[in-house]
Amino acid sequence: MSARAWSPPPLIANPWLRRGLALAAAAYLLAAVSSIEVNWERVREGLDRGAAFVASFARPDFVSRWGDIHEGIVESLSMTFAATAIGIALALPVGLGAARNLAPAPVYALCRGVIALSRTFQEIIVAILFVAMFGFGPLAGVATLAFATIGFIAKLLAEDIEDIDPAQVEAIRATGATWPQILVYGVAPQVMPRMVGLSVYRLDINFRESAVIGIVGAGGIGATLNTAFDRYEFDTAAAIILVIIAIVMGSEYLSSVVRRRLQ
Amino acid sequence: MQVSADDLLVLEGLSKRYPTGDRALRDVSLRLPAGQVTMLIGPSGAGKSTLIRCVNRLVEPTAGRVLLRGEDVARLPASGLRRARRRMGMIFQEYALVERLTVMENVLSGRLGYLDFWRSTLRRYPADDIAAAFALLERVGLGGFADKRADALSGGQRQRVGIARALIQSPEILLVDEPTASLDPKTSRQIMRLICELCAEKGLAAIVNIHDVALAKMFAQRIVGLRAGEIVFDGPPADLGPDILTRIYGEEDWTAARETDEDDADERPEDPLRLAEARA
Repeated sequence: MSARAWSPPPLIANPWLRRGLALAAAAYLLAAVSSIEVNWERVREGLDRGAAFVASFARPDFVSRWGDIHEGIVESLSMTFAATAIGIALALPVGLGAARNLAPAPVYALCRGVIALSRTFQEIIVAILFVAMFGFGPLAGVATLAFATIGFIAKLLAEDIEDIDPAQVEAIRATGATWPQILVYGVAPQVMPRMVGLSVYRLDINFRESAVIGIVGAGGIGATLNTAFDRYEFDTAAAIILVIIAIVMGSEYLSSVVRRRLQ
Repeated sequence: MQVSADDLLVLEGLSKRYPTGDRALRDVSLRLPAGQVTMLIGPSGAGKSTLIRCVNRLVEPTAGRVLLRGEDVARLPASGLRRARRRMGMIFQEYALVERLTVMENVLSGRLGYLDFWRSTLRRYPADDIAAAFALLERVGLGGFADKRADALSGGQRQRVGIARALIQSPEILLVDEPTASLDPKTSRQIMRLICELCAEKGLAAIVNIHDVALAKMFAQRIVGLRAGEIVFDGPPADLGPDILTRIYGEEDWTAARETDEDDADERPEDPLRLAEARA
């Protein structure tokens, strides 16, 4: 008895379309590569500067600007905590309103709009806007991070609420509970562990973002780092980057521990 | 229909049409005296769940009246509806406990309709409620389980918590939706027996949706058959013969199913239709 051959059906059934797409992809790649202009002179210069920069990492200077570094770190951390707390407090009602199974249509549309607005712009763009509004400094940074936190937390909270078991909510409603009681007894227990996990995760993200938005003038360690680069103090810059890496790794580890505990 | 004084619950011309166009209930009228346990049988999709959910308006009826001691629940505003719901305890098919709360919190949640927001949120329940909760847990056989989380319990234990939650409302009627559909045959009987005993002890009426005809006949005082949203039978369990079952469920060899019931009652499948299929 001869074995019957089998091969999985191709992703695109039409053979002409399939071969045509493969050909088009190859042609595009060829055209794209041939259009790249490399100035080897500049590459060589850049590599030299890069080597100097990497070399300075071998001897980071924590000491001569320690006052600035310390101030920047403290500022970044306080920005992070303030912005996360404010952002979560504002995100809770927005997230509730953006859950299709809880909110009436107009509230749903409004809250989804807020989320979309918050998530449309990258933090740096928002930071530039807030720096223009509030001036340089940590206030603009806190506003930026809080604004970004609203979109992040509210969206994920809303999606979590939309996935809850409706039977538990129905059972609480059947007892004669009011709407706020239904939220506390029927909804909150179902979303709380994930909500705490997300908040810790967002705290972690906000610290990293606080370093980035400092570069456009929104305060914190990013501003200190930018100043170090402007003065060509690569050894101080290296020290700042190492401190940032240490804090990010530490907070990431802590947030992963917290989230694992919550499962 | 004339409403008499000893009718606890009267349904008049109750209809429900879902937005999809499905007519789940068509002009259903039913009167339930206080203290009577009525079992509602019928094929899947006959409208059993819709009927009991129209009583406490988890589903809004499209037309008709729901008279609880003469008061039309279907016309009540939100606050009146919440007060009416306190008088109707509900027990669910998949238990519908709040999984991450403790057994005690689940039982006490039956008192939410009597409590203001802050007291319930901070779990500051009146001492009477807490005493009643402990007594009920003891009664349903779950003494010592108060601080266990609901998701740590077995199916039968969860349904006992569900029963305690319904009873702590001090209801006048129990609305019971397929209480045994996810339980094994032995636990099913124990749960049905417990529900019926408690109804007798506390003088409660009950509407019980149930798939298992044999179990219904064993425990019901009255059986109502629903088919395609209409009542096609209403009488004592003894009247439920093969011709009536055909009227409710459709053509099937009911005598064969009945013999098996008597042979090995404990291994009976939940659905008489499926039983006959298995034998074919």
